Amino acid sequence: MTMFGPNLVVYEEEFERINAVLARLWMDANAKIVFLVDKNGQQIAAKGDLEKVDATSLASLTAGNVAATDGLARLIGEKEFTILFHEGERDNIHISIVGQRLILVVIFDERSSLGLVRLRVRKAAAELEEVLTQMASKAAEEGQAPASPFAEITDEDIDALFTE
Amino acid sequence: MSFINYASREINCKIVYYGPGLGGKTTNLQYIYERTNPQNKGQLISLATETDRTLFFDFLPLDLGSVRGFRTRFHLYTVPGQVFYDASRKLILKGVDGVIFVADSQEARMDANMESLDNLKTNLHENGFDLALVPYALQFNKRDLAGAVPYDVLFRVLNIKSEPTFEAVAPKGVGVFETLKAVAKQVLHELSKK
Repeated sequence: MTMFGPNLVVYEEEFERINAVLARLWMDANAKIVFLVDKNGQQIAAKGDLEKVDATSLASLTAGNVAATDGLARLIGEKEFTILFHEGERDNIHISIVGQRLILVVIFDERSSLGLVRLRVRKAAAELEEVLTQMASKAAEEGQAPASPFAEITDEDIDALFTE
Repeated sequence: MSFINYASREINCKIVYYGPGLGGKTTNLQYIYERTNPQNKGQLISLATETDRTLFFDFLPLDLGSVRGFRTRFHLYTVPGQVFYDASRKLILKGVDGVIFVADSQEARMDANMESLDNLKTNLHENGFDLALVPYALQFNKRDLAGAVPYDVLFRVLNIKSEPTFEAVAPKGVGVFETLKAVAKQVLHELSKK
């Protein structure tokens, strides 16, 4: 986790690569929705029929789910459970951990199958890990992250956020 | 641990409401939810028991608008206050950017306040944070109750690093946004240093 420093920063190039991986997984796995979440509950990217779901809540609950499951794993002496699967009447959710820090979520129905999803997720996860490694080495190269967009933020800027 | 996306020009931060059980953490979130324009908020998610006690967390995504061209989103979480949910509390502090401690002003809850504050220190520490360094605000809730402990007494017992401190009546919204703003300010300033 520390390999990225305190904050997770995503730039254009990696963001595009991540989106491309998700788009391919979405197609190859015949999924309804595919999305990538940070373990802290921040949604990073998504692909699919997103209009019908509350993606922000999905991201936060997924992270809560994974965090609780991680806690369970440690209680019984496991490092983590890398895959979670929830089966519903119509839709199913497949959750897997990528590179220890990210969570890849696939929502699918009877047009796909658990076997197909698992197969495609494995490939996508490997590609996403490559992107993560690239992000990490970039962060290391540049030492600290580049100047924060908030480097010159003023109290007035912040006050403006709260005026309604 | 905020998430900065340069591609979509978004920044996401996580703020956690901490404090003893029945102190009003969820009520803070409910008031913010009610008073925020629909386009600036997501759903308020409550993972609660049948008697409305928080079981795992409440969650409210809040869009505060743009700073320097970046959309600023705050994810507000509460923890379950009841002592035996400690494992859950620890999980929710993971990756936190700022903490608000909601203290209960009633005399009978002083021990619970102190116990919860100690627990916050411990759990932050276990997540690799130091309360002395984390953006932090303190709220004395339930100021409208007849038996409320005087401000000065609460301050002496609960204020640990001269953090901004607010008196609140959460169901009426008194002090609710002020507390959030105080911690949001520190979080954004913290980001500007990185």
